[in-house]
Amino acid sequence: MNEEIKLIWQKFFNWVSGNGPRPENEVIPPEPPPDLPFTQKPKDKYTRFHEATLKERYNQWLEIHGLHIFSLIYSGLSVLTCIVIVCLLLATVAELPPFGDEKNPANNEVIRRYVEHGGHETGAQNIVAGLILDYRAFDTFGESAVLFTAAVSVLMILGVSRRNNIEESSPDLNESGQNFLERAPPVNFHEIRQDDSILRAVASLSIPAILLMGCVVVINGHLTPGGGFSGGAILSTALILCANAFGFERVHKFFNERTFIISSSTALMIYALSKGYSFFTGANHFHSIIPKGTIGNILSGGLILPLNICVGLIVAGTLYGFYALFSRGDI
Amino acid sequence: MINLFAYNIPFASIFLLMISAIITPLLPEKNRLPEKLSCCVIGLVMILSAYLLYVLTNSGAPLSFNFPMGHFPAPWGNELRAGPLESVLSLVFCAAMLLSLLGNFSSTAEDIAPSRRQIFCVLVNLLTASLLALTYTNDLFTAYVFIEINTIAACAIVAVKEGAETTRAALRYLVMSLVGSGLVMIAICLLYDLTGHLLMQNMHAAIQVLVRTKNYLMPLTVSLALITTGLAIKSALYPFASWLPDAHGSSTNASSAILSGLVLKGHIFTIIKIFYRVFGLEVIHLLRMDNVIFILGLLAMIMGSVHALRQNNVKRMIAWSSVAQVGYIFLGVGLNTIAGIAAACLHIIVHACIKPMLFTAAGGLSNAAGHKKGLHALMGTFYVNQWAGLGLAVGAFSMMGIPGFAGFASKLSLTLASFDSPVIIWSLAALAASSVLNALYYVPAVIVILTHHKDAHKNFTAPAPTYIYRDKFLSGIILRAIVKTYHEGS
Repeated sequence: MNEEIKLIWQKFFNWVSGNGPRPENEVIPPEPPPDLPFTQKPKDKYTRFHEATLKERYNQWLEIHGLHIFSLIYSGLSVLTCIVIVCLLLATVAELPPFGDEKNPANNEVIRRYVEHGGHETGAQNIVAGLILDYRAFDTFGESAVLFTAAVSVLMILGVSRRNNIEESSPDLNESGQNFLERAPPVNFHEIRQDDSILRAVASLSIPAILLMGCVVVINGHLTPGGGFSGGAILSTALILCANAFGFERVHKFFNERTFIISSSTALMIYALSKGYSFFTGANHFHSIIPKGTIGNILSGGLILPLNICVGLIVAGTLYGFYALFSRGDI
Repeated sequence: MINLFAYNIPFASIFLLMISAIITPLLPEKNRLPEKLSCCVIGLVMILSAYLLYVLTNSGAPLSFNFPMGHFPAPWGNELRAGPLESVLSLVFCAAMLLSLLGNFSSTAEDIAPSRRQIFCVLVNLLTASLLALTYTNDLFTAYVFIEINTIAACAIVAVKEGAETTRAALRYLVMSLVGSGLVMIAICLLYDLTGHLLMQNMHAAIQVLVRTKNYLMPLTVSLALITTGLAIKSALYPFASWLPDAHGSSTNASSAILSGLVLKGHIFTIIKIFYRVFGLEVIHLLRMDNVIFILGLLAMIMGSVHALRQNNVKRMIAWSSVAQVGYIFLGVGLNTIAGIAAACLHIIVHACIKPMLFTAAGGLSNAAGHKKGLHALMGTFYVNQWAGLGLAVGAFSMMGIPGFAGFASKLSLTLASFDSPVIIWSLAALAASSVLNALYYVPAVIVILTHHKDAHKNFTAPAPTYIYRDKFLSGIILRAIVKTYHEGS
């Protein structure tokens, strides 16, 4: 009796918890899909109307108007910053010592020696030339090196990469033989201008004059206002005019990348070596063999004349190089 | 009195580097001759600087000397000034430059076209020369000229690796840098107008007079603010550091190492010179620039690390970490005490050694992972390129400030320096927080490279264990001893 009750309880327990042994031949029929009436069928998820959340609306709005608003805020803030800085700088300039006043701090013993003894100490009639190429020649060496650095960097970024691309891309085209890859040749605006006879005539008249003017400014740098930087700029305009009137190929015949690098490097090297000698002898109180010459003569001013020529070469080459690189991508 | 040879070393170092830069375009490209020449010259200058340091620290004579550039004495001509700090810095700059070049010798060949590599060498030499000139110069305008060379060369060595990303990064860097140069130029003009001098000690004397008589205080403040902002943009102090991760993260490994380790340091050292030698610490305090620098330094320490945490690209992570480290240096400058500035100089030296190693190691590891830069791709790369893995681990430990590594010495001296200042709580809290943040991104990176990865690029043949990483690794540890002695000396 007790056993039967236990068995019944066990069966009941199994029935409740569903752990009972299943008969081997039991077949569970697949559950039929619920046959709901049309009105009760759940709607497709994607066709359901979805009201955009605030965040989604904001993102949508941002996508349309964001750039505009950003640029508005950006330019507004830039203008504001500029105005603040301009006001600050104007206020500062208003507080500075008055221009040209005798008692200004800048009128001190430094300037006095430059003006009073500049002539016979440097041998240069043009005090500015004596100042930048003798008293403070190290700074000017740095300035020339800035030009050299800039020229070399632009040459690397624009010139060399384009040359490499042409070298790399052309064999590929030949191998694959795919014509559609070939692009139209770049339009060379300078070739179009080549038959401009007025420009050519004026250029052929004025280029020699400009070159002569540039040389005069460079060579007389220690006597008259001018010098390497301004003279070099004049020389480069002659090259640029020549390139515009007669085409870059004409200039390329006598001034190409190789000539440019050789002339700039050599000029800077002469500057570095000669001025290095001068710095070395000056600092160690050795006797320098460089003669000062008589003031006013063309051969005077110690190293200033050759240094002016070096700076002139560097400046002329660099300015023409920039023009050629930015307009044509090659020197 | 020091001997004649040592006396000429500052001048000779700058001119040797300039002349080698000028010769390099004329050399043939064959056999990587230009690169070998650059390495030789930089190595030679390194030895010269070490000798100068030896002479300066071992002679009982005056510890620093002036070298007139030319036949005219200082206020009329240019002048260089060399002392133990200058010679240590030039030694470290040359050593870091040499190791960055040698350590990335193979990756440079992969990233840069042969015709560009020659000009890359010119730029590296010019960059080193400008760094040494910035270190040695005693004249504010000479400093400006060489800041210009530094800027152009630095932007160009970002763009040396071809690609849209690097070009964009270089342009952004160029624009930001030129804004900085412009501000510095305006400030130098204002200062010249107020003092009538460009030589640092004469400017110092004139500024002392101006401050004592309370004349022209407003233009003086503006010029100090402009020159600090300009140089802070160039040295990537936090709010102005947006250009840095792009420029350092996208360029070739050698460029990243040079830019992060050295170029920033040249500008920071110029700021320190201007603060210490031109204005003087009291004037800086009077014009409240120390507080500005201190707060920006704190901000940079925290924000640089927070940005680094969010990066997935390992080089960008290290680049943002540079921003944080620059913050440490400016914290030391902002303390405005001699101890603070000494700690800042120490951190300059430490960071100049460690950061190139980190970039080199990260480059080596991402090469081992098949040129992938994501942190996940680096899993298990330690077992492919052990030296690079070791370099990254050592660098990371050093940046976190684990005792025994170089970073510990500088962080300790920054902490000690901040004990004397009224802002000790802020500075200690920021140091602690930034160290924890450093650990938060460096430790996972180290764990990732140490985790075994099943298919860890079995067919990749590891490059022959480059001795360079070893050198850098050793330098990281040995440096601590050197740096300690220097610190006691200053």
